[in-house]
Amino acid sequence: MTITQFNIASASWFRPELALTAGILLLFLLDVLVRKQSRYRVAVLTVAALACVGVAAALLAFQPVESRAMFNGMIASDPFATFWKWLFLGAAALTVLIAARSDEFPSPRIGVFYALLLSVVLGMFLMATSLDLLMLYLAIEMVSLPSYAIAGYKPGDRRAAEASLKYVIYGGVASGIMLFGLSYIYGLVGSTNLTALGVRLESLAAPASAGGQLGLRVALMVAVIFVLCGIGYKIAAVPWHMWCPDVYEGAPTPFVAFLSVGPKAAGFALAVRVFYSFLASGGGPEGFARGLADVPWPAVVGVLSAVTMTLGNLSALHQNNLKRLLAYSSISHAGYALMGLAAASQLGVQSVMIYMLVYLVMNLGAFLAVIAIAQATGSETIADCNGLSRRHPLLAVTFAVFLFSLTGLPPLAGFVGKWYLFVAVLSHYAGDGGAWYVTLAVIAALNTAISLYYYVRIIRAMFIEAPAGELVVRPRVSYQIMLGTFSAALLLFGVWWNPLIEWTQASLTFLTRG
Amino acid sequence: MISQQNVLSWATFFPLIGLAVILILMATRYFLGFSRRALDELARSTGLIASGLSFFCSVLAWVWFDPSQSGVQLVQHFTWIKGFNIEYLVGVDGLSISMVLLTGLISFVAFVASMPWWSSAKYARMAGMVEHGHDDGHHPQHFSVRMVPGYMCMLLLLQTGMMGTFVALDMFLFYVFWEVMLLPMYFLIGIWGGPRKEYAAIKFFLYTLVGSVLMLLAIIGIYYNSHAAPLADGSMSAGHTFNLIELAKQGQEGVFAGSPAVLGFAFSKIAFIALFIGFAIKIPMFPFHTWLPDAHVEAPTPVSVILAGILLKMGPYGILRFNYPLLPDATQWAAWVVALFGVINIVYAAFVCLAQSDLKKLIAYSSVSHMGFTLLGMSAMTPTGISGAVFNMFSHGIISPMLFLIAGVIYDRAHHREIGRFGGLAQALPEYAGITGLAFFASLGLPGMCGFVSEFLVLVGSFPVFLGFTIISATAVIITAAYYLWAIHRAFLGKLNPVYKDYPDLVWRERLVLYPLGAIAIVLGFYPQAVLGVINPALTLLVSGLRPM
Repeated sequence: MTITQFNIASASWFRPELALTAGILLLFLLDVLVRKQSRYRVAVLTVAALACVGVAAALLAFQPVESRAMFNGMIASDPFATFWKWLFLGAAALTVLIAARSDEFPSPRIGVFYALLLSVVLGMFLMATSLDLLMLYLAIEMVSLPSYAIAGYKPGDRRAAEASLKYVIYGGVASGIMLFGLSYIYGLVGSTNLTALGVRLESLAAPASAGGQLGLRVALMVAVIFVLCGIGYKIAAVPWHMWCPDVYEGAPTPFVAFLSVGPKAAGFALAVRVFYSFLASGGGPEGFARGLADVPWPAVVGVLSAVTMTLGNLSALHQNNLKRLLAYSSISHAGYALMGLAAASQLGVQSVMIYMLVYLVMNLGAFLAVIAIAQATGSETIADCNGLSRRHPLLAVTFAVFLFSLTGLPPLAGFVGKWYLFVAVLSHYAGDGGAWYVTLAVIAALNTAISLYYYVRIIRAMFIEAPAGELVVRPRVSYQIMLGTFSAALLLFGVWWNPLIEWTQASLTFLTRG
Repeated sequence: MISQQNVLSWATFFPLIGLAVILILMATRYFLGFSRRALDELARSTGLIASGLSFFCSVLAWVWFDPSQSGVQLVQHFTWIKGFNIEYLVGVDGLSISMVLLTGLISFVAFVASMPWWSSAKYARMAGMVEHGHDDGHHPQHFSVRMVPGYMCMLLLLQTGMMGTFVALDMFLFYVFWEVMLLPMYFLIGIWGGPRKEYAAIKFFLYTLVGSVLMLLAIIGIYYNSHAAPLADGSMSAGHTFNLIELAKQGQEGVFAGSPAVLGFAFSKIAFIALFIGFAIKIPMFPFHTWLPDAHVEAPTPVSVILAGILLKMGPYGILRFNYPLLPDATQWAAWVVALFGVINIVYAAFVCLAQSDLKKLIAYSSVSHMGFTLLGMSAMTPTGISGAVFNMFSHGIISPMLFLIAGVIYDRAHHREIGRFGGLAQALPEYAGITGLAFFASLGLPGMCGFVSEFLVLVGSFPVFLGFTIISATAVIITAAYYLWAIHRAFLGKLNPVYKDYPDLVWRERLVLYPLGAIAIVLGFYPQAVLGVINPALTLLVSGLRPM
């Protein structure tokens, strides 16, 4: 059941985004007007701005019990979008806290970083809600453009400049290809509205048995693959992952932490919406294996997933730089989460949501640990972790918790996320395409074992290797508190995850097709 | 406080409470700054007490367990995760109660063996039990004085994982406990182990994780093919169940035999293989056994004790808990392959033992060989065979910790374990030589000790089913005798190597663990009924489910 809201009425449902915009503008203004500001004041202000968004979002949180299309069908307001908004907000707020005590920013200009960060968040909000191809493209660009700028946000740092440039080039190519694919779809259908697309495409691209034309199907396939390219770039799936390690290595680490969870999650939010609006034919999200244009799209996503996790894990095996290692690990996690999409069911979507939520905490935590280590040692290689357990047990133990959670070992929340993905995929084992799903599950299971090897390399350095010298590691107090809180949360939700189920279950309502 | 309903939970979570206490102690030291030595002693006492309480609870459970009933007893359950019908469900039958008792006992033994207490000054100096006597290459610091609070925490966590695995009757809960054992084991070998500890630790970790992820897939598959069963509060929220008691019932009814095929193969066979590999790695069964010698050689003595005494039993226990009741048809189908691998374990590992020069490696391979008897007895699926298999688990759980403690005794003094470099030790350490003889004879199956009973039962049980395999296995007993006797010959008899002339004989920290185990080995040799009487009703039920009526 959908309700269409027109422009003026829509604005009241758009409060979180409006609050964000106000925050961004305020930050830019502050940066220009307030000359003698310490970065901490800005941080406080930003947190205040984010709190406003939080309140606005909270206002909405209990309101959209049903799906609404706003601004003439450009943007959706539904529980699904609200879930992702909370997630993005959490990622942003934590990143702000992390960045506030980071050494990597030239102190007086932190306001700009925050403003750019919030712009990315605004883009992510739009990504999770867009119902129109044009809106979708704009949202992705809204995320990408400030990201390019932040990736190079270390004046005079050659690595950061390189990261930024690589990011721009890859991003430009990916979004160009995506736009090209979108233009094909528009050409085929004559509409850009996602809710309308699905129905029309289905009749257009009927399989040969139903009297469809081969040419149309091919055109559609090409278009869909081009669109997937744009999404794949955002979530860093193979083969659109190449930017990831370089950007992660060069960009400021607090932003990398955000990049690894925020835009990736936004990419998944968008992917779910696109997937169910026109790729998942057959009416509902439940139960299909064959999709549009006679192509089994879930299988295509499944292959992407398998390749992504395998390549990510294998490449991570021999990385010595922590940020590069975590980059490849984040690629492999995109692969795991794609399993949920490949499962193409309610449960699949729910598993993606749970996974992203858990992944947010554990990956931010892992990057936070890297930041704390880099602050003490000045570099970020595995060797810098040597003997960390004796220098700062809390840091070592929490880092180990994040890494084991990333591996997916119980009783940590990472296991819960992975459990849901496996359950979602294997629920199809006896149905249509069962062989695909079983193979995918086995590949993912073996990948789990592979990933253990490189995560344990870090753990081994921290707990088994002897410390290299008399180096004092004393993470900032705010970092210590966050590290402790994150690991406690992972432990808690690893043992008791009913709240996660309930929340994601309640957020499964979303707008797909008209 | 401790009642029949929650005794198993107490046994499982006392160690975890101990862990929490140690963490609090560590935090207290951070703020108050008392001496490291005090913290070490407090951590040791806490560990010993927590493990002792857990042991006490397992004894209590043994006493409260009524062997005349064949079903599951001492059950405690409540709903845990509603969405998937996951319950916190613990309980024991005859099979698991023996393992629970063994876990409590051997863990406690391992804790006692982890204390640097009750030793003479000369011995302590020799073993390197000095607080700040850093590695001078000659006397490496003893594991019992290195990072003590962390060590105790890991050992306690390990005990919780092991106890939980044996009492869990919900597949999901079982899996969680099963995985919880991995982490502490990795750290115990990796931090407190010998020279090649990193390699051994990661090898152990990777092997078992591969096994357990396969197991996870099989568990999910079984879940999806099961029918619903009511939860603790009587409700049913999902269409399937993780409840192992219910699943066993459904397995007997042939639910999983008729499940949809996977990749063109029968579901029950695929599930059997996935589960079996997961468990076989733990046993460890040839060809998945290669992690075991590495892990044992590098692990500190108490960890070897736990590894051999309890962890290896997880494999056969899992097979008897999952494969046999849930997938009876596939079990029949795979029986002779299991028996074959059992025989390979027995014979191959026995020959490998002959070639070992490292005492601990010899004992490690002898574990592989002895676990082969459990596989053989299980696969015969006769009441005697399965009784023998489970009794073998128990008796090996008593004898192999003794053997590893014995290897630890000489390593603490000599800092090497090369059998060939010793000689005539019986003259310098007569008490040690005596207890070693006892353990070796118990292990090689001398009548009057528990090793004999278990091997005898297995061979008798499998004789009517696998005639050839049984004969081959029985002859391997001779090889077993050969490598043990040869080891005694090389290390203890002959001319005394003057280097070892002044070595102190057993100290109380060693006597405290060796004598009770030796006594149990002898008592069970004469009165095996103490254990058999408890396990048999459950096993009879298991076997009756396997044989087509």
